[in-house]
Amino acid sequence: MTDKTRAERKLGFMLCAPAVIMMLLVTAYPILYAFILSLQKKDLRFPDESGFVGLSNYVTVLGSSLWWQAVFNTAFITVVSVAIELAIGMVIAIIMHRAIFGRGAVRTSVLIPYGIVTVVAAFAWFYAFDPGSGFVNHLPFIADDKAWFGGRFSSFAVIIMAEIWKTTPFMALLLLAGLATIDESLYEAARVDGASAWQRFTRITLPLLKPALLVALLFRTLDAFRVFDSIFIMTKGAQNTESVSIVGYQQLLSRLNLGLGSAVSVLIFVLVLMIATAFVKGFGTAVPKGN
Amino acid sequence: MSRVIAVMAAVTTVLVLAACGGDNSSSSRATLNFFIFNEPSGGVQAAAKQCSAASNGAYDIKFQYLPSQADSQREQLVRRLGAKDDSLDILGLDVVWTGEFANAGWIEPVPAAIRPAVTEKVFPSVLNTARFENKLYAVPIWSNTQLLWYRKDRVPQVPKTWTEMTRMAEKIGPAKGQIQVQGNKYEGLVVWTNAVIASAGTSILSGPDKIALDPVKTKAALAAMGGMASSPVAAPNIDTSTEDTARLGFESGSSSFMINYPFVYPSAKSNAPAVFKQLGAAKYPGIYPNVPSKPPLGGINLAVSSYSKHKAAAFAAIKCLIKPDNQLAIAKAGGLPPVRADVYDRPAINQVYPGFADLIRSSIRDAAPRPSESPAYQDLSLAIQDAIHPSSGIDPKNPGSTYDKLNDKVQQAIDRKGLL
Repeated sequence: MTDKTRAERKLGFMLCAPAVIMMLLVTAYPILYAFILSLQKKDLRFPDESGFVGLSNYVTVLGSSLWWQAVFNTAFITVVSVAIELAIGMVIAIIMHRAIFGRGAVRTSVLIPYGIVTVVAAFAWFYAFDPGSGFVNHLPFIADDKAWFGGRFSSFAVIIMAEIWKTTPFMALLLLAGLATIDESLYEAARVDGASAWQRFTRITLPLLKPALLVALLFRTLDAFRVFDSIFIMTKGAQNTESVSIVGYQQLLSRLNLGLGSAVSVLIFVLVLMIATAFVKGFGTAVPKGN
Repeated sequence: MSRVIAVMAAVTTVLVLAACGGDNSSSSRATLNFFIFNEPSGGVQAAAKQCSAASNGAYDIKFQYLPSQADSQREQLVRRLGAKDDSLDILGLDVVWTGEFANAGWIEPVPAAIRPAVTEKVFPSVLNTARFENKLYAVPIWSNTQLLWYRKDRVPQVPKTWTEMTRMAEKIGPAKGQIQVQGNKYEGLVVWTNAVIASAGTSILSGPDKIALDPVKTKAALAAMGGMASSPVAAPNIDTSTEDTARLGFESGSSSFMINYPFVYPSAKSNAPAVFKQLGAAKYPGIYPNVPSKPPLGGINLAVSSYSKHKAAAFAAIKCLIKPDNQLAIAKAGGLPPVRADVYDRPAINQVYPGFADLIRSSIRDAAPRPSESPAYQDLSLAIQDAIHPSSGIDPKNPGSTYDKLNDKVQQAIDRKGLL
């Protein structure tokens, strides 16, 4: 290595250092601190009873039916909402891609729900479905006194609908970016060869869209897995609709049990890592190698 | 570029100057931050203004509003206190938080010098909510209790028990005979559960960490709850209803009965004059016909934060705020019941509660407080909510499984084991 490359490398490290230090401070430190807390008995309401308890908080969480119920609920919301979002998002993306006139207007209007703060959207959905103030029960074919948040299934239905309404535009936008990268000449060639619209979609669009599709799915899955606002506003976990984030919130902020709550948070972090790893592995094999 | 730098420099200078000017209190006047929910009538604000003026420059009370829901109020307070925030001075605490806050070391015991003045003639039931381990940690400012509100035009005879009320409502029919209670999964459900269990003659705890829950009596209480909640006359949104949805349901005219706090009285007067004309108040329903009920007890106690820099001034302000005249004024403005028994002897109280001032007095006197002697009250509350919600799911003919769940959950909360 010449002196010049060595100096350049040193300069490179120095230029990166502030960003690296900042990242460590704002992400690594809280994660580490949460991990340390999760190994302790620590409850703000009982300041005298604290100490190292090893993995017992994890044993408590993993042995609790509430935790597994929440994991199931979260997975259920994630799978259902992401699947529906993908289907609707794809249709919207194709419409936006093919729109001949009013492209800008279509894209802007589709994005409106995504621009609304999640908690505000959750309130809007809550009030819409509330039997007292909502308009939904005045629609045809719906009972006037239907208590949407009084049952587990109907609560989940509203929560999932709110999630889909809110984030489908994001999915559509990512897919649209993917569609834009596909070379039009491929479609022309396929048309010349007599391929039908469905064949063009399955043989050209889907394979070439795969990287964008996987990125969209990864983002949305991780996002949906953190579901909190909608549930917090609409049911607060009643009717067994707790997500893992709601369970963490209850332990940390309602009960002030920092040890138990941190164990929940660390487990959520591990689950998110597992999802991300699974996707990245799948994604890695999907990327076309070189040109 | 140089112009950008000049603008940035100017902005920075302004910010620095503004920061200097912020808390430039050269006088010895203490600014007391009073954290309490925004009680909309303005009664507390008027009392605080008067006390600040009367302190001869010793202190100035500044309101810092908390959210309107009790759960959110507590969360905001505990987050600040957990971080030892010294900007909190006077705290408006729900009656069930005393044990938790005192045990955590967040609030100061009331100094002996002002103890006689702040406890004089206060209902013993109310005063108990301000104590923890036989020490006074807070000062009650207003109390609250629930009454049975009913439609005089539809109800010929006031029911004495929950079962009787359900039968009467069923006779009127679901279109006009609905019963409004607080059944959502939140503190209001705990208020209801505790009151019916106490009315049946037992209690949830007997001591800070000992479960009571007599099986026969508790099952009778649960059967009455389930019988009402699963009846067609229960409000359709019973499993998500709160104080406010109950009020709105009653004001809409669909209901003949409602369990709620006295704030519904002035509300109906201004929002639903037709309903208001027929509004009657009676004692909270019981479980057995010949056993008097034990109504719920709510209200606000004032405490001083352990991290406050102006503790003496804060206690002086509290002593002023809870004066009988202020209690009466707060009752007049917002309908919030006074905590001193003698205020109910004043004729002016009849303007606030026309014809039912004595009912409120006896209701507060006989009230059964929630098991807040446990410093883990929040765990207990979550456990009860978990076991009871949805109340429409309690089988009135066979309340045994709900009883077992309640027993298990409460025991788990006392042991502070597991997730809640």
